[in-house]
Amino acid sequence: MNRFQYARPETVGEAVALLEEHGDDARLLAGGTDLVIELRNRWVEPKVVIDLKRIPDLAPAIVERDGFLSISASTVMTDIAEDERVQRYFPALVESAVVVGSVQIRARATMAGNICNGSPAADTAPPLLVYDAVVVVAGSDGERRVPIDDFIVGPGKTALQRGELVTAIELPIPERPYGAAYTRLTRRRGTDLASITLCAGVDADGQARIAYGSVGPRAFLVEDESGILGDSTIPSEDKIDSLDQIFYRASPSLKSLRASPDYRLAMLRVLGARALETAIGRLTKELVS
Amino acid sequence: MNRTLTIETTINGRRRSLDVAVNHTLLDVLRDDIDLTGTKECCVVGECGACTVIIDGRPMNSCLMLAVEIDGSEVTTVEGLELEEGLSPLQGAFLDEGATQCGFCIPGQLMAATALLQQNPDPTVEEIQEGLAGNLCRCAGYEQITKAVLAAARGVKQ
Repeated sequence: MNRFQYARPETVGEAVALLEEHGDDARLLAGGTDLVIELRNRWVEPKVVIDLKRIPDLAPAIVERDGFLSISASTVMTDIAEDERVQRYFPALVESAVVVGSVQIRARATMAGNICNGSPAADTAPPLLVYDAVVVVAGSDGERRVPIDDFIVGPGKTALQRGELVTAIELPIPERPYGAAYTRLTRRRGTDLASITLCAGVDADGQARIAYGSVGPRAFLVEDESGILGDSTIPSEDKIDSLDQIFYRASPSLKSLRASPDYRLAMLRVLGARALETAIGRLTKELVS
Repeated sequence: MNRTLTIETTINGRRRSLDVAVNHTLLDVLRDDIDLTGTKECCVVGECGACTVIIDGRPMNSCLMLAVEIDGSEVTTVEGLELEEGLSPLQGAFLDEGATQCGFCIPGQLMAATALLQQNPDPTVEEIQEGLAGNLCRCAGYEQITKAVLAAARGVKQ
């Protein structure tokens, strides 16, 4: 690891000031499960590491307000998976949080970090896209809210500008019954980056959307224009053409060691059909309850 | 520039005030600064679990955090498992079940299993496998390790 200065701001304002002062020479530290690896391998050599965990406003918290569930920036995967409201309203997010890394990683890694790290394989990205999450960003001009679809840009890239940081991620609590499910493809069960991440969501009118990652530069959210993917009366095998339309943005890398492009494209259909079936099942359960 | 920072922490029940380099990991400090070498260094990317310690009740990879981050926290390493009367029931079960082969991964396995049993005193085999999924054993002694955790949970010694 290179030598750096360790800063421990006590307010969001102090953190923003440090970011403005140091720009690209500063790195934010939340869970650190990605950053510490980058530091050790000298993939990054910051002059300042800014630890966000001593800022009371960013302390681990999941709060319900104004129709949103707000998850603070230093909330870790374990807290998200164990939260009863997240389980009730956003089961697909729980499914993505409980497969990140291992027990050890989940106890440390934050969801905000998962998104800010900008990995195309980020597990929480597809459910956050399906649930229309909003990223709360603080900067010197105050706060702005960015839809997750605009926040995620590409590998290692987000909509964050110089001097900005994420303070929370907000999820709109569905007002009508909603069914969603997350699934992924890995080589082994524990501690592996996904070869496919996928989340399907179906609303009370039967309109479906699917978000998928690890098969391109970022996770993509695509609405079903055929109108048949969310239809519980149509068997899965008759949905293949519509699924293929959903996956038009997939462009898996030839260079990846995890899975070949052909395999990923073939498995996208399988995972898509599977997640849709689970999502429709959950929606049906909600509609009758 | 602050190259070192004084942190206050409790390690294995003992309160300590430590001057740590800000760019050293917790693993570095445990092994090199205070000679707690039971915690092992292996993959240093959070895949093998050999460096697992328990921080404020949760198992974590000590290779993936800076030592300064544990300021104010309570840390348990494998050296902290032993009871006054001897090995902990879990450690005893590892011996009884032949779960320690080369032994290198065992401190991490013990810490992950201890954290699991603290949270879930009566785990199923599947829950044990999930709880220990972040710990690799290159001897592939998984079956004995799982049996040992089960035996400890049931308080059975063979």
